[in-house]
Amino acid sequence: MADKGMTPIVKTITGWVKGFIMLFGIYIVLYGHLTPGGGFAGGVILAMVFVLLTLAYGREEALRRFRIGVASELDSIGALMFLVIAILGIAGTLGGKFFTNYIAKANPGTPFELFSAGIIPLCNIAIALKVASSLFLVFILLVLMRVIHDPREKA
Amino acid sequence: MQIIPLFVAIPLGVAFFIPMVARKRPRVADTLANLTTLALFLMAISVIGKNGVYWMGGWGPFKHVPLGINLVLDGVSVFMLITIALISFLVTIYSIQYMDKFTAKARFYALFLLMLAGMNGVALTGDLFNLYVFLEIASIASYALVAFGCEHEELEASFKYLVLGSVGSTLILFGVAITYAMTGNLNMAQVSSIIGGELKPIHLFVVALFISGFGLKAALIPFHAWLPDAHPSAPAPISAMLSGVLIKTIGVYAMARVMFNVIGITPLTSYVLMVLGTVSMVVGVLLAMGQDDIKRFLAYSSISQVGYVVLAVGIGTRFAIAAGLFHLINHAVFKSLLFLNSGAIEYATGTRDLNKMGRLREKMPVTSTTSFIGSMAIAGIPPFSGFWSKLFIIIAAVQAERYGFAAWAAGVSVLTLAAFMRLQRRAFFGERHEAYDSAKEVPGTMQASMVGLAILCIVMGFLWLPQARETFLIPAAKVLQEGLNYASNILGM
Amino acid sequence: MLYALCFLLFMVGLYGVLVKRNLIKIIISLIIMESAVNVFIVMVGYRKDGIAPILNKTMQHQELVQRAVDPVPQALVLTAIVIGLGVTAMTIAIAMRLYERFGTYDIQEIKRLKG
Repeated sequence: MADKGMTPIVKTITGWVKGFIMLFGIYIVLYGHLTPGGGFAGGVILAMVFVLLTLAYGREEALRRFRIGVASELDSIGALMFLVIAILGIAGTLGGKFFTNYIAKANPGTPFELFSAGIIPLCNIAIALKVASSLFLVFILLVLMRVIHDPREKA
Repeated sequence: MQIIPLFVAIPLGVAFFIPMVARKRPRVADTLANLTTLALFLMAISVIGKNGVYWMGGWGPFKHVPLGINLVLDGVSVFMLITIALISFLVTIYSIQYMDKFTAKARFYALFLLMLAGMNGVALTGDLFNLYVFLEIASIASYALVAFGCEHEELEASFKYLVLGSVGSTLILFGVAITYAMTGNLNMAQVSSIIGGELKPIHLFVVALFISGFGLKAALIPFHAWLPDAHPSAPAPISAMLSGVLIKTIGVYAMARVMFNVIGITPLTSYVLMVLGTVSMVVGVLLAMGQDDIKRFLAYSSISQVGYVVLAVGIGTRFAIAAGLFHLINHAVFKSLLFLNSGAIEYATGTRDLNKMGRLREKMPVTSTTSFIGSMAIAGIPPFSGFWSKLFIIIAAVQAERYGFAAWAAGVSVLTLAAFMRLQRRAFFGERHEAYDSAKEVPGTMQASMVGLAILCIVMGFLWLPQARETFLIPAAKVLQEGLNYASNILGM
Repeated sequence: MLYALCFLLFMVGLYGVLVKRNLIKIIISLIIMESAVNVFIVMVGYRKDGIAPILNKTMQHQELVQRAVDPVPQALVLTAIVIGLGVTAMTIAIAMRLYERFGTYDIQEIKRLKG
């Protein structure tokens, strides 16, 4: 364990801040309809937690916490969730159009409240799932892709 | 018209669903993908002759000014949807057994359906930026599909395709950005009603950006360098999709839509399109003549045949556009058939080199017969579909008093015949070579798909009969030819 | 005038794509091209002394419309950046695979395909 990753200083600091970064990411996602941010920005921050773990502790530790299989499933689930939210808009009584904001139509909240924008926070959550897992996948797969053989070295 | 967004939503949803449930079960992936393409085909059949505008989320136009993103179902969209759905359905049937030799079948179908969603989106969208997004979805999926085998040639071809494709997309995005800067709007209908057919120098710049961007996607001749590498490197079903449908949807169709309906066609753009089409037509077939790799040969011939479509669309009369679209769907059918044939030969003998084939007719009767039909159709021999579409393109050119272009089109047709006779002789007739001994007929679903396409090659000629023409081709040509009336149709002014 | 600079940046990227031989340099040039277009789109929506297009409790709708910069280009740029991210990741993955197969990033040595 000692030879993996960076120095103890980096590891300790990472251990302290990773929870806060994650909390900040979740805040950005949930308040995306009220303040700057939203699903994409929050998802990127969430993915960065795991990128930070990879950098500080080495990729085994990061993969132990967020396995590739799980990330891939979450990736699909995020996209499907977004699509289901959109398609539910077609369902007759609720509005009748793809992407209709049926919750806001049925129950308009007060502006500037947390529960106010109908389906937009739900969409943000779906996007955050998708972005966090796929960005992490992009990063970790490029890290894992090792150069198996170098023809010039052999020659 | 609740069905319109489902054309995009269904393949997109299944694309993400397949890797979840069918990673280890290829038969489940087969079933899901085939059901999806069948459903899309039936949906496309059901919308023939219908028109509609679909405002996403119910954000309709306010005092004739559009607020949201819209999907537009009109003659050309329906035409493209049917072409895409028809070819993709037959190609997925073919893939059931062809793709068994690859391991990651679920991923193949996921990327395939993603590409399908992108193409359907391009065909339906009524918003310029949305067009770019769908175009990129289709392109990225196709980059990955070209590299699917992960061997030397595939990676090299995919990198080339990716770099040139990205340059093309960036040019298109630049064009979209300048359009937004000029008009403050991205809705195609609104933009066209603002531009209104008069071209200032800045519009010409936009036209140049769009022609080179979509030209890169459609592989017209000065921009063709990636196509002869990328299309042969992909697995055969994907080659069929790329050559048969993708370059036409994100290249020719998107270019025609933007040129005719958004910016408005002028004699200059029309002439540029005709010249580009003719150059592609001539150079493509000449380059094809010298190829020994069967799939490379077909790829060059695709460039040539797309040239016909662009020439016909460029002429710009209603008859010419209808003939061009007719050739587009015919080419989609016979070029997919020929690529599937080449895939069958590769499946049975393991080679694509024409020098190693010969006398395969005796060992592979179905492949050889269907390939003969496909070759005759593309070369324009009378009873087959290709003859009619080429004939009508030439007639349209003569009617428009473009005699030079008509002569070139007729000449290229003769050259195509010569090239395909050479292919037939070297692959299926002539001397036997090493590939002969190992050859045997391919499995059932592959045969079924090839036979289906061959039958279509024969019956497609009937599409020009007055009844079929009036419901299918003429409405499509009318939308493009009426040009800027598009705006008033959409916004209800 | 600034628009011309965007165009210049775009041309720098295009030059890199066409002339450079190293795969990584080609990828960087592609990114430069994309950035040039993105900067252009953002500049289209710019307004002098504009404010961020976010409504808060103390502000009236009218005031926002009069003073805020155009939010549409920003949404477009965000989408374009995400697409660019996907394309770049794809390109880098293919470039790494190419290096694995050929042992070089030089495009002149990667030449299995003719013409």
